[in-house]
Amino acid sequence: MDNVIRRRTLGARLARLALYAALLLAALFYLLPLAVMLITSVKPLDEISAGSLLALPQSPTLVPWAKAWGEACTGMRCEGVGGYFWNSFAIVIPAVAISTVVGALNGYALTKWRFRGSELLFGLMLFGCFIPFQVVLLPMAQTLGWLGLSSSRAGLVLVHVIFGIAFTTLFFRNFYVAVPTELVSAAKLDGAGFFRIFWRILLPVSAPIIVVSVIWQFTQIWNDFLFGVAFSAHDTQPVTVALNNLVNTSTGVREYNVDMAAAMIAALPTLVVYVLAGKYFVRGLTAGSVKG
Amino acid sequence: MTRSTSLSHAGRALGRPSSSGFLQSWLPRLVLAPSVAISLFFVYGFMLWTFVLSLTNSRMLPSYDFVGFAQYGRLMANERWWVASTNLVIFGGLFVVICLVLGAFLAILLDQRIRREGALRTIYLYPMALSFIVTGVVWKWLLNPGLGLQAMVRGWGFESFTFDWLVDPDMAVYTLVIAAVWQASGFVMALFLAGLRGIDDSIIKAAQLDGGSLPRIYWRVVIPCLRPVVFSAVMILAHIAIKSFDLVVALTGGGPGYATDLPATFMYTHAFTRAQVGLGSASAMLMLGGVLAILIPYLYSELRSRKNG
Repeated sequence: MDNVIRRRTLGARLARLALYAALLLAALFYLLPLAVMLITSVKPLDEISAGSLLALPQSPTLVPWAKAWGEACTGMRCEGVGGYFWNSFAIVIPAVAISTVVGALNGYALTKWRFRGSELLFGLMLFGCFIPFQVVLLPMAQTLGWLGLSSSRAGLVLVHVIFGIAFTTLFFRNFYVAVPTELVSAAKLDGAGFFRIFWRILLPVSAPIIVVSVIWQFTQIWNDFLFGVAFSAHDTQPVTVALNNLVNTSTGVREYNVDMAAAMIAALPTLVVYVLAGKYFVRGLTAGSVKG
Repeated sequence: MTRSTSLSHAGRALGRPSSSGFLQSWLPRLVLAPSVAISLFFVYGFMLWTFVLSLTNSRMLPSYDFVGFAQYGRLMANERWWVASTNLVIFGGLFVVICLVLGAFLAILLDQRIRREGALRTIYLYPMALSFIVTGVVWKWLLNPGLGLQAMVRGWGFESFTFDWLVDPDMAVYTLVIAAVWQASGFVMALFLAGLRGIDDSIIKAAQLDGGSLPRIYWRVVIPCLRPVVFSAVMILAHIAIKSFDLVVALTGGGPGYATDLPATFMYTHAFTRAQVGLGSASAMLMLGGVLAILIPYLYSELRSRKNG
């Protein structure tokens, strides 16, 4: 094998060159929208209408960012997306925390304390990962009304927890299946109880799957639009809904630089998470979809 | 196994305090109970509820005047529904196929001992971290004929270059494909790459010794090994396609007219803004049917392979 690789003919070198060219071309395709978004967001409006999409800004400015954050109109109000950015955090943080804790306990009970029918229950819950959410929208709207949670952040937290549990349970179950049962059995014999075993044996080894679960839930909930648009009011909207309103508010001149700055603001948290913890992000995607 | 059961018998014989033992054996069930109840009510109950609504003539608010399957009849007679369904077939089909081809291609290229593989992988995959709303907003800007890509290429001197799919009712649905492929193909690449790394090197070496050329080996030997990956990828992508809502809202708004409606936007529009709760519920049920039609064969084959393997 090594001989085959070392014997580089001209043809092989050309093939190698073509390989890198194709990979770089693909990289450009994926990077182009981000680059355009960034460049446009720091250009003054007159440069946008006069110049080319990819032309670098002559006099870069952060005014569009400030405007997107604090002044741009999202529908009737003109307060920018800043407040909605914090709304998203206020929804995401409790929803991620609760669904991860519940998922961890579920996964633990399903793997280390199996009982008759526990696999069936898991299958039952797993189905929640697959339904199109359109099928629960109308009953959910009515139920939130009955609970007095219509158009509230608490209501959105509840919705995200309910439909996130299926995923977090799947993550933790598939992770805990691989943790040796001998330790747990021994602890049971020593008289350790359900929560003690979880606290002392399972939790200390759970760091990777907790990270996966948190990242998955964070991106899912942060990026949600359907629940946000269906179950929120003006002052409880998540940032994705505000961004969409901002872009579609048609008063006066279209300020593309402000649109792009707002899009960057809405994208930044998940992008930062991806850059910092990309490995876990990929693992979450594949674990959530492929299994185990 | 036998040892542990005999040990636990021994433990019981030693006389554990039985009340705490009883609690301990029920604790796992108690812990699971809320989630199971939530699932039963909010998933299964709501599905049933939506089905019931689809049998009524609910307009602005749910009412319970049953009209049988009349809403499904109205749906079948609704031209906009057919536009939405046809769009889903076009969009979903192209989206799945292009993502698969591009993802597999990039994964195979990346698997050739590439320098800076990690950086490239990160670049290919980052769109998956974004919201479809952000993706839609960016591509709307790129694809707008006045100042976007069309204007850029014209500025390079190709005065007659035209790329105005976004405002062309016949072509706008393809802009959804472009944006969705941009967002999800890197993810398919990651799936395939993981699959490729899982293949035993010796298979490829053996094929090379037999004198197969590299493309031939990939086509005949490697790709067939990746059948489970292809299967999962198709499942996930089809699922994304059926649920696609935010991308349409942000990129085309369903327009021009309703040329780029998908079932998900049809459902939302009718149920929430056009006071057609009955009709919206019927369309939601058909979407669920579509998902089940993909899901059931998938789960069936998963269970079968698990039993055999």
